[in-house]
Amino acid sequence: MPMLQGIDLTCIRGDRKLFSDVNFLLESGGLMQVQGPNGSGKTSLLRMLCGLASPAQGEIRWDGTRIRALGGDYFGAMTYLGHLGGVKDDLTAIENLRISSALGGIDLDERKAHDALQHMGLGGRELLPAKVLSQGQRRRVTLARLLVCGTVLWILDEPLTALDINAVKLVQGLIERHLEHGGMIVMTTHQEIEIAGAAIQRLQLA
Amino acid sequence: MFLWIIRRDLLLAARRRSDVLTTLFFFIIVVSLFPLGVGPEMNMLRVMAPGVVWVAALLASMLSLGRMFSSDYLDGTLEQMLLSPQSLPLLVLGKALAHWLVTGVPLVLMAPVLGIQYDLTNDALLVLTASLLLGTPVLSLIGAIGAALTLGLRGGGVLVSLLVLPLYIPVLIFGAGAVEASTAGLGAGAHMSLLGAFLLASLVLAPWTTAVSLRISLE
Repeated sequence: MPMLQGIDLTCIRGDRKLFSDVNFLLESGGLMQVQGPNGSGKTSLLRMLCGLASPAQGEIRWDGTRIRALGGDYFGAMTYLGHLGGVKDDLTAIENLRISSALGGIDLDERKAHDALQHMGLGGRELLPAKVLSQGQRRRVTLARLLVCGTVLWILDEPLTALDINAVKLVQGLIERHLEHGGMIVMTTHQEIEIAGAAIQRLQLA
Repeated sequence: MFLWIIRRDLLLAARRRSDVLTTLFFFIIVVSLFPLGVGPEMNMLRVMAPGVVWVAALLASMLSLGRMFSSDYLDGTLEQMLLSPQSLPLLVLGKALAHWLVTGVPLVLMAPVLGIQYDLTNDALLVLTASLLLGTPVLSLIGAIGAALTLGLRGGGVLVSLLVLPLYIPVLIFGAGAVEASTAGLGAGAHMSLLGAFLLASLVLAPWTTAVSLRISLE
């Protein structure tokens, strides 16, 4: 059973201590919602969890092994969607999705990419360059990766920003389905989300 | 994956032709201004030619270094590259190769045409082109390290030149030296071998160094 564990995590930015002694254990089928006011270190925590930053103290373990030691094996089991969507202005929606999937190690053919975008409500806009899409539509292109990534752990930083009501429902559906299938999610959001039948842990940063 | 990244960067370059053309025109203009400024003294021009062409190629390649990672950094694609299960040095190698195809190869192709302005002999033109062919990939590979280290810094452009130019100097000396040696009848073999050695060394070392620099820059 995969599990993600944070032990005594401390984050220091400049000479300010953002948080210290953060402990958690996330198991298969679990959702952890990281909460806290602006500037409390939510994004910093998520960047640590995905391995982009390293904690000042403490360690993060995946299946009992430190993620630094796992390297590529951990990256292959995890998908991180940050504030910046990784959507290129000059590429079309479909090219963006195919390339970001290729970076995640999945060779996505044109038809599957098309279906994923269709599911995210971008049908008919697959061939437009991303620069003419609205903020919410770009977000949908980013989120379409969740449909095709096939990873166990999702780390989502404010996934619901700029989305309309229908898209929020769509994302909630994705999250529910992922948890039902034994996936794990760490996310931050300022919106209240209702996830049916899932064990939601809340991690409050001061 | 390696091919994906090259294809993607070439596609982006094709959609944004002005960036590519800026570098090429810069090279053409700098190289063409010297004969106009110096005047029609064939002997002097022949001596100057390799140095001028190489310096122009150096500056042109540096002009485009800033763009190598910065757009990926700003839109978050670079984060995804760092989190890719694929090997990061390999991705970096792909990006450096794409950078060379977009900025280096046009310079190599233009060099023989521009060399005519300096009254270079056919042999010298051939050696000049060959030395650029071996040398410009080194510029892209070493430049990638500088671009990665200065990512997201204000005034990064100036810093890149300070970091990278000293490392470019050996390539400049042996690149320009190859043409001079061949004109003097000494044969360009030794210089070419050294350029080839630089290329191999930077092919092996630069992607790793760049990968480490990127991880540091994004932390």
